[in-house]
Amino acid sequence: MNFLQFMMANHRQVLDLTLEHITLAGVATLLAALVGIPLGILITRVPRLSKPVLGGANIIQTIPSLALFGFLLPAPWIGARGGRLAILALALYGLLPLIRNTYAGIQGVDPAIVEAGRAMGLTDRQLLMQVELPLASGVIVAGVRIAAVLSIGLATIAAAIGAGGLGEFIFRGLAMVNNQVILAGAIPAALLALLADFALGRLERRLGTLRSRT
Amino acid sequence: MTAPSNPERINNGPAIEFDRASFRLNGRPLLNDLVLSVKRGETLVLLGRSGSGKTTTLKLINRLLLPTSGEVRVNGQRTADWDPIRLRRSIGYVIQDGGLFPHFTVERNIALVPQIENWPRARIESRVRELLATVGLSEDLLSRYPSQLSGGQRQRVGVARALAADPPILILDEAFGALDPITRSEMQKEFRALQQRMKKTVIFVTHDLREALLLADRIALMEDGRLVVNLVSAEFSRSGDPLVRAYLEAFSGLPDPKQS
Repeated sequence: MNFLQFMMANHRQVLDLTLEHITLAGVATLLAALVGIPLGILITRVPRLSKPVLGGANIIQTIPSLALFGFLLPAPWIGARGGRLAILALALYGLLPLIRNTYAGIQGVDPAIVEAGRAMGLTDRQLLMQVELPLASGVIVAGVRIAAVLSIGLATIAAAIGAGGLGEFIFRGLAMVNNQVILAGAIPAALLALLADFALGRLERRLGTLRSRT
Repeated sequence: MTAPSNPERINNGPAIEFDRASFRLNGRPLLNDLVLSVKRGETLVLLGRSGSGKTTTLKLINRLLLPTSGEVRVNGQRTADWDPIRLRRSIGYVIQDGGLFPHFTVERNIALVPQIENWPRARIESRVRELLATVGLSEDLLSRYPSQLSGGQRQRVGVARALAADPPILILDEAFGALDPITRSEMQKEFRALQQRMKKTVIFVTHDLREALLLADRIALMEDGRLVVNLVSAEFSRSGDPLVRAYLEAFSGLPDPKQS
């Protein structure tokens, strides 16, 4: 049985696992954005926090993913279900690109523009919402893109702790020494990553033109 | 905000006063014991080379900086006692190349201060159109972005934006510095005409002596964070001060701007 025949025969399961995979990576990226973007904003406001926050996110990034899943396994509530645990771990990995890009995006706004805004009497909040965030949005979306692609790739490993997703096929194929089954997981996962990269890349370029309108 | 003790002085006193104001950054003095006052409706030009303390002086007025010693008073009240947001919204600020927000259209750029001051929509719209006419721009430009304008147009929008909420004080930092000589000369003349009509208190920073002589009621020459001379524009060329002489010398190859 070749790869395509395997996909056709199991299309139901391929679809289910793909949807599961999208949910894992999507919720994790959303969570990472909900925490990472505010943290990135915070460290532009309180510079002395920037080193510890970025350092912390960096350290998380260096933990091997399988080890991180293992660490979180005994955690109450979170460890009870593979899906929850995988989402938390993936979100932790997504933090660094989001914090870093939000920080870099805001720091990269032309200081003369920011000063003009301040001199016109914009409050800190108005300056952030009307000037800094819109002008940083291209760089922030680039961070979302990195986090999303990272999550989609790492989510394949989440099958090791019973979180489901396309990793199921990969691990099953490895156990069965069957390349068709491995590819049934690997190819859709790679396509998902490429699709996310392409779609977010387009959004990023669109927002990036805001800044070049100088 | 503390209420000023003497309202009489508020109404008739100088618009801006520097009272032995100094500013140091990391121990390095950028401005030393500046004593200077600007009358209401007067145009004061701060002249000097780069690093002489002109921009620092401007930033002390709208409280982008606070003096490290001495004080700066706007309308008789110390800038330290002003609510910075209120203070800044009562002072129009124009910088080189306009300092426009690149992601806002011309209309939104000009309307920004009225908008955050919660003016009604209709009033903002009519004000924006009025200002465009004031600075000599066509209404076709309203929906353009700053990158779609020429340098001169951007600068005009910058002036319109600063005037939007009708602030009594206007400060300009090398406002026309990025323009080509012809546009620059046009802008200078138009600005002078505008100023004679509006009678705002204007502080204009430049390193260009001709621009200073053309626009100023009074010229304050600065060097190394100190005020060197503070003279009525007509007396400036007659001053014997060596630094003034050096300035006149540097520009002496050029025709007298008063005759242009």
